[in-house]
Amino acid sequence: MNTVGVLALQGAFAAHEAALRGLGAHTRQVRTPADLIAVDALVMPGGESTTMSRLLDTSGMYPDLKARIAGGMPVFGTCAGMILLATEVLDGRADQYSFGAIDLAVRRNGYGRQVDSFETDITVSGLAEPFHAVFIRAPKVVTVGPSVEVLAAHDGTPVVARQDHVMVASFHPELTPDARLHEMFLQHNGFTIEKERG
Amino acid sequence: MQVKRGLAEMMKGGVIMDVVNAEQAKIAEDAGACAVMALERVPADIRRDGGVARMSDPEMIEGIKAAVTIPVMAKARIGHFVEAQILQALGVDYIDESEVLTPADETHHIDKFAFTVPFVCGATNLGEALRRIGEGACMIRSKGEAGTGNIVEAVRHLRSILGDIRKITQADNAELFQWAKSLQAPLPLVQEIAETGRLQVPLFCAGGIATPADAALAMQLGAEAVFVGSGIFKSDDPSPRAKAIVEATTHFRDADILAKVSRGLGAPMTGIAMDEINQTQRFAERGW
Repeated sequence: MNTVGVLALQGAFAAHEAALRGLGAHTRQVRTPADLIAVDALVMPGGESTTMSRLLDTSGMYPDLKARIAGGMPVFGTCAGMILLATEVLDGRADQYSFGAIDLAVRRNGYGRQVDSFETDITVSGLAEPFHAVFIRAPKVVTVGPSVEVLAAHDGTPVVARQDHVMVASFHPELTPDARLHEMFLQHNGFTIEKERG
Repeated sequence: MQVKRGLAEMMKGGVIMDVVNAEQAKIAEDAGACAVMALERVPADIRRDGGVARMSDPEMIEGIKAAVTIPVMAKARIGHFVEAQILQALGVDYIDESEVLTPADETHHIDKFAFTVPFVCGATNLGEALRRIGEGACMIRSKGEAGTGNIVEAVRHLRSILGDIRKITQADNAELFQWAKSLQAPLPLVQEIAETGRLQVPLFCAGGIATPADAALAMQLGAEAVFVGSGIFKSDDPSPRAKAIVEATTHFRDADILAKVSRGLGAPMTGIAMDEINQTQRFAERGW
């Protein structure tokens, strides 16, 4: 059975794991290189990208994860996860890691601080009904490369995007009970979902 | 509500560090803190100095906000809703209605629903936690005893909160009424816990964490993140200790990593045994 990893260095990993399990996926929390070997895909959650970046370093996972992503392992990054996957980070820290896995430039906290955080319904291509999106100190996409497919936008700015096996969202699909984006990620990458319940 | 409660989800598995200036805030961010708490004096100094402890100077909070990219929290006195209004106007990311400061109201806490900025509040037991959630808190931290470098009270409070949650999941409907009464907590919140088996908001641990092992202990007991106040900047060598506590909080079940990161950190803060503090000087007793 395919195992979907959730990067569990810091942040909203528990909520992502619950969403994936709700879809019937077999999951594993990933904190070390040994955990990484055991997974076939990885969700990178929201949290603080500077914290995760540092822990990617101390855990010794950074080179392995970079190689796995370059080698085609499906990844889905939300908020801080999106920042880690982008090719360019504006307003981040100079020593912050980026995997450069999706051709986007993103501005850290581009939508502002917590007092500017918001929620709104967005239209996602491939989903019949709107998706309720929760933006928390969210990164903002500044430029989009030619090979990136924009799946949803808010006020003209892309908020869900995909490039081959790499999918990102600037908001938090793990905070709402709606698992359609997780489902889209798994299906796009050929994961079979066995719904055990409901 | 998702927007207000969601930020606490983003801090899970992380370390929130008390800092008193921009330089300390940078050290905290460099070490991997997921947020900083801006305050004028760390709890150990508040305890030593005595007097009235209040909200920090806005200029100092602005300086810390400008120095780091991670969320910035700040403390308001219990019941002092104007301090909270000021902190919200300053654009802080989280307000801690904190017993470490001198309470402004000995009966009422702040109506936290009246704010767009989320609040964290301390609790020593489940009843206190649920009263704070009933008032709109988006995160609960077990209080421990701040500024002591002694984990014993934090353990007591975590065990009390999580132990009662476990008992409530076994209770029948009639017993839930009694639980609500004895906890002095809103019945619907008690009933919700019986169904879900967990607190409505994230439960973090504060008050007395001084070593990587302390942080991992709190996490293994069931805390979802930790606050470290005096424990870092009152130790011999703050930067490596801060980094080690961050690693210990992530790898809290991995004893090999805990052993590795606990080495060679210099002396932790000296700390205070509980029987050295008389009852009136215990911060955890503040809050109603």
